[in-house]
Amino acid sequence: MSEKKYYLPEPSYWPLVGSIGLFTTVFGFAHALEFHRDNLGGHLTMLYIGLAILAFMMFGWFGTVIRESEGGKYNAQVDTTFRMAMMWFIFSEVMFFAAFFGALFYARQLSVPWLGGADPVTHQYLWDKFSANWPLLHNPDPSKFASPKGVIEPFGIPLLNTIILLSSSVTVTIAHHALKANKRGALTFWLLITVILGFTFLGFQAHEYYEAYTELNLKLDSGIYGTTFFMLTGFHGLHVTIGATMLTIMLLRVLKGHFKPDHHFAFEAASWYWHFVDVVWLGLFIFVYWL
Amino acid sequence: MSASKTMRSLIGLLGTVLTFAPTVAMADYGLNMHKGVTKISHEIYDLHMLVLWIVTIVGILVFGVMIYSIINHRKSKGVTPATFHESTTVEVIWTVIPFVILVAIAVPATKTLLQMSDMSHPDLNIKVTGWQWKWEYDYLDNGVHFFSNLAKSSLDAGAEQVGDAKDVDNPAIHYLRNVDHPLVVPVHKKVRLLITGADVIHSWWVPDLGVKHDAIPGHINESWFRADKVGIYRGQCAELCGKGHGFMPIVVKVVSESDYKSWVAQQKKAEAAASADVNKTFTKAELMAKGKKVYDTICAACHQVNGKGLPGVFPALAGSKTVKGPKEEHIHTVVDGRPGTAMQAFGKQLNPVDIASVITYERNSFGNNDGDIVQPSDVVAFEKNQKSK
Amino acid sequence: MSDHHHPTGIKRWLFTTNHKDIGTLYLWFSFIMLLMGGSMAMVIRAELYEPGLQFVNPNFFNMMTTLHGLIMVFGAIMPATVGLANWCIPMMIGAPDMALPRMNNWSFWILPFAAFMLVSPMFMGGHFMAGQGPNFGWTFYEPLSGQYGKLAFFIFAIHLLGISSIMGSINIIATILNMRAPGMTLMKMPMFVWTWLITAFLLIAVMPVLAGAVTMMLTDKYFGTSFFNAAGGGDPVLFQHVFWFFGHPEVYIMILPAFGIVSQIIPTFSRKKLFGYASMVYATAAIAFLSFIVWAHHMFVVGMPVAGELYFMYATVMISVPTAVKVFNWTATMWRGAMTFEVPMLWAVAFVFLFTIGGFTGLMLGVAPADFQYTDTYFVVAHFHYVLVTGALFAIIGGVYYWLPKWTGHMYNETLSKTHFWLSVISVNVLFFPQHFLGLEGMPRRIPDYSPMFADWNRISSLGAFVFGASQLLFLYIVIKTIRGGEKASSQVWEGAEGLEWTVPSPAPYHTFETAPEVK
Ligand code: HEA
Ligand code: HEA
Ligand code: CUA
Ligand SMILES: [Cu+2]
Repeated sequence: MSEKKYYLPEPSYWPLVGSIGLFTTVFGFAHALEFHRDNLGGHLTMLYIGLAILAFMMFGWFGTVIRESEGGKYNAQVDTTFRMAMMWFIFSEVMFFAAFFGALFYARQLSVPWLGGADPVTHQYLWDKFSANWPLLHNPDPSKFASPKGVIEPFGIPLLNTIILLSSSVTVTIAHHALKANKRGALTFWLLITVILGFTFLGFQAHEYYEAYTELNLKLDSGIYGTTFFMLTGFHGLHVTIGATMLTIMLLRVLKGHFKPDHHFAFEAASWYWHFVDVVWLGLFIFVYWL
Repeated sequence: MSASKTMRSLIGLLGTVLTFAPTVAMADYGLNMHKGVTKISHEIYDLHMLVLWIVTIVGILVFGVMIYSIINHRKSKGVTPATFHESTTVEVIWTVIPFVILVAIAVPATKTLLQMSDMSHPDLNIKVTGWQWKWEYDYLDNGVHFFSNLAKSSLDAGAEQVGDAKDVDNPAIHYLRNVDHPLVVPVHKKVRLLITGADVIHSWWVPDLGVKHDAIPGHINESWFRADKVGIYRGQCAELCGKGHGFMPIVVKVVSESDYKSWVAQQKKAEAAASADVNKTFTKAELMAKGKKVYDTICAACHQVNGKGLPGVFPALAGSKTVKGPKEEHIHTVVDGRPGTAMQAFGKQLNPVDIASVITYERNSFGNNDGDIVQPSDVVAFEKNQKSK
Repeated sequence: MSDHHHPTGIKRWLFTTNHKDIGTLYLWFSFIMLLMGGSMAMVIRAELYEPGLQFVNPNFFNMMTTLHGLIMVFGAIMPATVGLANWCIPMMIGAPDMALPRMNNWSFWILPFAAFMLVSPMFMGGHFMAGQGPNFGWTFYEPLSGQYGKLAFFIFAIHLLGISSIMGSINIIATILNMRAPGMTLMKMPMFVWTWLITAFLLIAVMPVLAGAVTMMLTDKYFGTSFFNAAGGGDPVLFQHVFWFFGHPEVYIMILPAFGIVSQIIPTFSRKKLFGYASMVYATAAIAFLSFIVWAHHMFVVGMPVAGELYFMYATVMISVPTAVKVFNWTATMWRGAMTFEVPMLWAVAFVFLFTIGGFTGLMLGVAPADFQYTDTYFVVAHFHYVLVTGALFAIIGGVYYWLPKWTGHMYNETLSKTHFWLSVISVNVLFFPQHFLGLEGMPRRIPDYSPMFADWNRISSLGAFVFGASQLLFLYIVIKTIRGGEKASSQVWEGAEGLEWTVPSPAPYHTFETAPEVK
């Protein structure tokens, strides 16, 4: 296999479709945000069209790649390329989360304490009624940012979710081993379990958000605690959704008989992504919920 | 060969730039950093010169070698290229030497930086707040408080007149550099500044005092200076803060201790008089005259002197609904501003007399002919009414 | 394989998966952006020609400054270096193409859309001079940027740019690490390839952080979060930390490929191997590493705790050490070589001189107490134009002259291009050197009007700017003329040129190295 030449694809219109999709999505969103902020929901047509174009592009592009792959056009070098690309993509995702973790640490270690007195003049002249604490249940200016009544307890649902996500990392690994040993039955089973665990996690997460909004008055706009809480867990939840979708597609492909013990990059990529999502969750559990 | 001729002129040019620029910078042509009038500004100046000299010397050495090589090691001179291409020894040497130089720079720099952040034992504390686009000064020790705007005369002094400006009193020489109310401080006293921003980030900078600090909304930065010489020192906002960023100068008057005392007393008197005025009833002419002054210094920045605004950015007042509408709404807009727009809540910045007169002015200028007038007492009543709500 | 039937006409460019086509697209895109950003600079310099407001209102001026900075950084310099990478890296390492050709196309074709997003608000609503475009500086500090009426367009434009850069960088890394010809070990790679490998790493590490920063702006403005608002426990300064964590590495993203280009050109025309190849590689890596830990030198006056100021000062000046190594190595490469001064060499030599001057002022800025006086003045503007224009841009122009014969098969016109060089190198110094004086005298940056005390140097600077700007039109003419025709170039092109790209014919065939060359 590795004797073969590196596969160079024909010219392709998928990238351009992708660009048009991306542009339609963000232009539509920006337009709605700027011109129809009072009724966002009613003006998202362009955004949805853009997302549909993107979905179409993904199906088409990935479909082509899958066909090429199953058609034996890729040699080992192409496989390595894909692996590297996926690794660096995950690294970029790590850095994206790093920005938000950075904001969290900055708020906890610096800005909130400063306002609360670690910077005496700022406290004395601007925020003399504010005292620093974390979780931040009393915002510096509650008239602008209503304070939350409480926060999510770490050792309830979040702990359960931790267990769920960690187990799913294990099950996806078991599935991977089954794939390498060419045990298709076990592969299907464990992959299915993983997908179920993933969506269960999301269900719990949704429930937790519902509780935060309705009972705790903990919202996106309730000060820096709500801000960091929802932005971090929200982006994580989005990534879990993407990961679970990827795994679902892998499941479907397994059912169609795709992948071989020595040739299953897409499966591996999805499982790497899943492990990454898992590790981010550990960080969240420790720094957002627990400490 | 023409290449060599052109090369030589390149060398000439660079040589000129390199050898002369720093030397010229020494001279007092207004090319170099100001020495300033505080110990800190002197130290900063010395650091600046130290590093400038170091890089000049390093530059002469490095460029000298390059120029020598460019002149002599060229193919047209028939040289054959050498073949050496590495040497760990020289790499180590030219790693270590810059490092040592840097340490030599870091030592005095650290000393100066530590002094700059020593806020202990101030003689006078002033809270400085940056606004779009003016400065607010709050003397924490004696209660003197005022806003400082770009002086109208300084803006009007068309830059064209500069040519005829013979004496320093000609306003043209201070085009964009004068304010209506300068900050006044005593000489030889440690003045501590508590700097903050009201809307966006500004930066309070007076080069001669060696102070530049950002004014961050919601946070206070401390800074200090002790001026060694009586005089007037100018600076301006040094952080992009919107369209008026180039038009928010700073003027600091350093005066003797006794002048400072009498200035404070005078300020107190003026304030007392102003609060007495609140209960006075003014004639329309008085209000219009006062109003025009306030309008031109404050409102005209956005709404323009002719009241026409900037289409798409700042609304016109000529024919505006608010201005032609009921008085209450007009007062409300000026006092409380329009959140989410550049219209600020001027209730915090202007006294009722100023507000009443500027509203009167707006209602009777730019073709608006409401005919009515607003008295300070109307504004006071509005504010009271609002509080009780 | 070579008898692919390629689409022709517009389809060729829209659907291409060929690294040379995509490189060409990048290069033309960046040239157009250079003209756009340059025209905006001309507006700035015209307005600053003398005191008083002559041509534009202050809001429009701010918009010019902002878009000039953004377009030059994200539109001109970065895409130009990516274009060179696309053209050169596969040829230099003996690869048939980039590792992910379709994604390569996508990386490019996002850019025009992003550029459109960025400038489209300029034409929205109201009349043109009122200017609804971004007006808050290329650093878009909160809370000023939060006041801007069309912020969402700006934010998504940055997101698109980020996506494009990340994909482009992944591609470059995969190509370099995975597609080298047999025998092309890492430590045999041309310097340009090395610098791009490290640059790509920097990009993947910091573009997501920039995306994070604009995402925070988005939610702060439209969804009520309080990252940058003290009333909710946040801090406007947090924005600056996040921005500069991206922003500082970003300036090295612009200069490292330039270092790479110069490291190709100087040995060629000195007819001597690059001195200290290994130390050049290590120095590049050291610069990249240090670039992550110095960001707050842009923030000395925001009121950091003094320990932070000290740390960032020490770390910042340290960057001079590996950069010094590079300058010394270039000098040593020229030393006792047999130099000729063809046009690429002229630009490279000018680069070494003038970049170093910009580096020197960088070192001065890094000395924290002095930066209290320098910061946000024209001294800073002078610093970064020396490193960006006479640094990055000069190297790119030099690179274009260097590889143009390889791309087009023709030599450029010698007289015209020498004229271009001399006009540029003289006028650029007239343009930017006086800005040092202005800054030291106390002229802040980003102001549309100024006191008469700054008038003299501003006038000189503006005159330099007009000449420099006009000279770049000459460049455009030279490039087009060379594409159209000219003296035939040989494979080797330059007598002293070494490396795989000089072994293939000029112009380089559409597909190079279908079978990998053997590197000894
Ligand atoms: C290509 C881009 C580029 C490069 C390479 C650099 C290089 C450097 N920059 Fe610059 N910088 C910018 C682009 C760049 N910069 C931009 C765009 C801004 C403004 C952003 C904005 O606010 O809009 C900026 C602003 C900026 C600031 C903030 C100024 C302020 O706003 O207050 C500082 C402060 O420390 C700084 C420092 C440095 C340093 C120490 C280097 C060093 O890397 C330089 C090292 C090089 C040398 C020193 C020369 C070679 C060395 C020798 C020949 C040996 C001799 C050495 C010794 C004497 C020790 N830069
Ligand atoms: C990245 C690279 C880059 C490049 C190449 C340039 C190139 C130039 N820059 Fe720019 N500049 C920045 C990056 C760059 N700049 C950044 C990051 C800022 C900070 C922005 C901010 O503060 O937010 C800045 C800010 C900046 C300012 C300060 C503005 C302010 O503070 O208000 C000025 C002022 O003189 C300036 C001038 C110029 C000039 C004259 C050129 C020239 O070199 C341009 C030459 C090119 C052309 C002119 C194009 C070709 C010619 C034509 C299209 C024909 C028209 C020509 C004529 C009419 C003669 N730049
Ligand atoms: Cu205030 Cu700039
Ligand atoms: Cu920097």
